[in-house]
Amino acid sequence: MDDQQTRPVPFRGGGFRPVAIRGVGLAVFVTLLLLAEWGTRTGWISALTLPRPSDVVATFGELWTSGMLFKHLVPSLTRLAVGASLGVAVGVSTGILIGLFSYIRSGLVPLVAALFPIPKIALLPLFVIWFGIDEGSKYALIAFGTFTPTVVATYGAVDNVDRTLIRMGQSFGMGWFSIVRKIVLPGAMPGILSGLRISLAIAIILLVAAEMLGAEYGIGAYILEAGSLYDLERLFAGVVILSLLGVVVSTVIGAIEKRLLSWRV
Amino acid sequence: MDLRVEGLRHAYDALPVLEGIDLDIPSGRILCLVGPSGCGKSTLLRIIGGLEQPTEGKVLQVGAPPEGCLNPLTYVFQDFALLPWRTVAGNIRLGLEEHRLPPGRADEIVADVLARTNLSDFADALPKQLSGGMKQRVAIARALAVNPAVMLLDEPLSALDAQTRELLMEDLISLWTRAPFTAVYVTHNLAEAVRLGHSIAVLSRRPGRIREIVTLDKPLAERIHMDADLEAVQEHLWTLMREEARAADAELLHG
Repeated sequence: MDDQQTRPVPFRGGGFRPVAIRGVGLAVFVTLLLLAEWGTRTGWISALTLPRPSDVVATFGELWTSGMLFKHLVPSLTRLAVGASLGVAVGVSTGILIGLFSYIRSGLVPLVAALFPIPKIALLPLFVIWFGIDEGSKYALIAFGTFTPTVVATYGAVDNVDRTLIRMGQSFGMGWFSIVRKIVLPGAMPGILSGLRISLAIAIILLVAAEMLGAEYGIGAYILEAGSLYDLERLFAGVVILSLLGVVVSTVIGAIEKRLLSWRV
Repeated sequence: MDLRVEGLRHAYDALPVLEGIDLDIPSGRILCLVGPSGCGKSTLLRIIGGLEQPTEGKVLQVGAPPEGCLNPLTYVFQDFALLPWRTVAGNIRLGLEEHRLPPGRADEIVADVLARTNLSDFADALPKQLSGGMKQRVAIARALAVNPAVMLLDEPLSALDAQTRELLMEDLISLWTRAPFTAVYVTHNLAEAVRLGHSIAVLSRRPGRIREIVTLDKPLAERIHMDADLEAVQEHLWTLMREEARAADAELLHG
């Protein structure tokens, strides 16, 4: 056969399949930090623009040795835990009810849609009046902020539970509560957990807002105080703590997913 | 326990899907329902098992379910309907959990049906690890576990490839031969119907009516793949259905 007519079929497949590569994320972080360090040392970046990373680390070390870190961290984590658990618990229950009952769905879906876009921070003064300037208003703000995304994620997840599985449960004579507990809830769990990632990130954002009023200690209070004094090193030390908190929360949810959702294909 | 369908009519809004259905389902025998697609045979099966309410007419249970029967009318679904988060044994146990069985009894039942369906080695596997054929075996085991008076099979082999289907048909025949059960078996596959049915009810296209009930006397265990007698019955069924199947195929959906 003619040589010009014989050639291998060109490869056209492949790609569109990103995989996680170890260490790349860390390398991006380290590069950015080194760049900032180098820039601030050479004067290319002025001290007013960005604090020197090594100074932020030093401030962080100070926080640690003086014991102030935990003095700020413990109340913040408590507010986060109480507020987020409240919001998530009420949100998941409401989401399931919306997912299962026509009247509740028709009544509450518009209400949730109306509440979702309200910046919860704007309601802080109102919460202070309703729940007091102490911990109550902080719990309420975080709870309210996590509630709406949790509701939306949960009822979406309940809607997506395979109806044939529910019919199957009915065909075996399972009662309503059994079907909810053994079929609807586990079936909705993937959606609920991915909603939880968003809700908890929002909870961390709102933590700072919640500590704007009437908080002496707390990461948010610490950041706001540093910000008003234009103390960039302390501001960034606080921001780093929030970022780390976000990474920890996301890792924990990842671990829960791995454990609870190992059945997924 | 026998089942009797009397004067059944069913419509979705104004669209009639079943009309004038009278049917006797005697115990210990397998009744196959065949018909062109969209003739309402799956709807009929859902009505028989109480998963849907007919517009008119009724389905009657004649006589008491046998002793030890936990769920008289038990389905096997086309898409298996296994809970993906439960193991094989956990899925089989699902139907038993609703009944307050003496301690240890559920484990005995699960072990027994696993053995009968040759699944004992897979007790701790998750559905995602199983092939389609194995998944349907699990669903059949789950149905057998509650010791049903009537098994309602809704195209149980339609999601499987031809070879697996043949294997599962042999399994069903040997299960029936060892312990005869009552079954209503919906299928569009005429070869399955002539292999498994003691009688075969042919439905017309929508609205579904019963056109003919063909009975086969040859024992199930003697029916083999490509049997000449069965081929003749299958040919007869196909002549009954051919034109209707063509018309049903050419119909607009939701027209």
